[in-house]
Amino acid sequence: MPAPTAVRPVRIVLAKVGLDGHDRGVKVVARALRDAGYEVIYTGLRQTPEMVVDAALQEDAQVIGLSIHSGAHMTLFPAVVQELKRRKATDIVVFGGGIIPDDDIAALKQKGVAELFTPGTPLQGIVDWLRKRFPDGAR
Amino acid sequence: MGQDSDAPTSRGEIGHCGVAIDSLADMETLFEGIPLGDITTSMTINSPAAILLCMYIAVAEKQGVPASGLGGTLQNDILKEFIAQKEFIFPPAPSMRLVVDSIEYCAKEVPKWNTISISGYHIREAGSTAAQELAFTLADGMAYVDACIERGMRIDDFAPRLSFFFDAHIDFFEEIAKFRAARRIWARWMRERYGAQDERSWKLRFHTQTAGVSLTAQQPELNIARTAIEALAAVMGGTQSLHTNAMDEVFALPTDKAARLALRTQQLLAYETGVANTVDPLGGSYFVEALTNEIERQAEDYFKRIEELGGVIPAIEAAFFQKEIADSAFRYQQELEQKRRLVVGVNEFKVDEEEPIEILRIDPKLESEQVARVQAVRKKRDQNRCSAALTQLRKAAAGTDNLMPYILEAVRAYATEGEIMNTMVEVFGTYTERAVI
Repeated sequence: MPAPTAVRPVRIVLAKVGLDGHDRGVKVVARALRDAGYEVIYTGLRQTPEMVVDAALQEDAQVIGLSIHSGAHMTLFPAVVQELKRRKATDIVVFGGGIIPDDDIAALKQKGVAELFTPGTPLQGIVDWLRKRFPDGAR
Repeated sequence: MGQDSDAPTSRGEIGHCGVAIDSLADMETLFEGIPLGDITTSMTINSPAAILLCMYIAVAEKQGVPASGLGGTLQNDILKEFIAQKEFIFPPAPSMRLVVDSIEYCAKEVPKWNTISISGYHIREAGSTAAQELAFTLADGMAYVDACIERGMRIDDFAPRLSFFFDAHIDFFEEIAKFRAARRIWARWMRERYGAQDERSWKLRFHTQTAGVSLTAQQPELNIARTAIEALAAVMGGTQSLHTNAMDEVFALPTDKAARLALRTQQLLAYETGVANTVDPLGGSYFVEALTNEIERQAEDYFKRIEELGGVIPAIEAAFFQKEIADSAFRYQQELEQKRRLVVGVNEFKVDEEEPIEILRIDPKLESEQVARVQAVRKKRDQNRCSAALTQLRKAAAGTDNLMPYILEAVRAYATEGEIMNTMVEVFGTYTERAVI
């Protein structure tokens, strides 16, 4: 009898892009996602879009989570999506968080960022979103 | 961050985190028509702090104002960068050398300058508790004092120009107790441990900013009330200067209107309420005295732990502070999630429909204009003088001279901030932190 297929947990690369050093949010999210059963790889600070995509490919991640608090999200978030396109890795889902005005959220979604979480988001809100997006774990 | 506006890593960042200063030319534009001898200036800059101070001195020279006539404050606090704000560039040892170089230089040449603003603000905003903010900040302060003494400076020659910077969070009495404890501890340590004789060395002078992290994106007008209460705590805790946040800073840089409201909040406290007329108005209150004692005790416990780890820099390298802060930040968030801590409008007392609020947009044109500006400076300057100054700086960095005169000469020759930083990076290298979750 074939062994039942184990559900592989979703792997998430969390990254700080740009020069911004505000890492409180990303670290809190990292712990919460880990506690929720996800495999979390935190890249640390000052990542370029190329470095983030490298990390996601090396780690065989299904998701990239980007954090930015400096206001450079309109440049750097789409740059990560573009880099995924260039590397033919558009199956990797990109979400983001930080200080992001409402108008920018719509624009970023149009540019391929799947979801954005802003100040005041409960951690459970992020977990719920991931559960909905990956109901069967990683495949 | 020590990078020029045309560096690839600066993409998207120009104008979002303060004014872009690439070279002396930008500093000249910034202060055009403002007589530097008549004003004081505070510069929130850290890794490249020595360069910015030299630019300011060079603008003053052009205005005919001697360095000895300049007043102001340089944040220049690299230790809290490693601990919390994370805008470090060089490793800790050369970073500390630059801080001590600037303190030593100013003691002789710019005696009215507050050489450093030893900051708890960023530590608190990164998630620490009030006691951790107090303890880590004062531990940093003592690490700077130790480094200056090791350089051969006399305590009373530099201690009076050290200054501090704290957060004013929302727990009113705890914040007041924190400020009071800070003054007590500093005065005691300066006298008893360092043998300071000059009364000015004992005094902990501090700036306060209200807690950015306490602002909410939900029902943002409430932030005016939060900020007013936090500012009141700062005043009653004895702050020397104050920054009130604008209600919309949870979204972006403030609009003029929001910034003005924040300023008016201070003016209201200063001119209507009378709270600034008395020194230490809560001294003697059993509750505030007990809280002050308690927070002081907690800080002393931390000083012992930091000493056991070998001091502030070894504790940074062991990620001690970073871990403590991340733990506190996570605990705080758990309290919100479980509603053991209420934030009005966020996890309780919500409205169904948030009203849209006007926010400030930064024109993307600003970036291309600034890039063109720095490239024009590189074309126009005396290239030989600039290269020679950078060569001299590189040599000095490899030795033990005070680097301030070398940086000042490079600045006068219109070397850019990025070029000066990169010259020092060639000698000092860069620092990468071990990220802990």
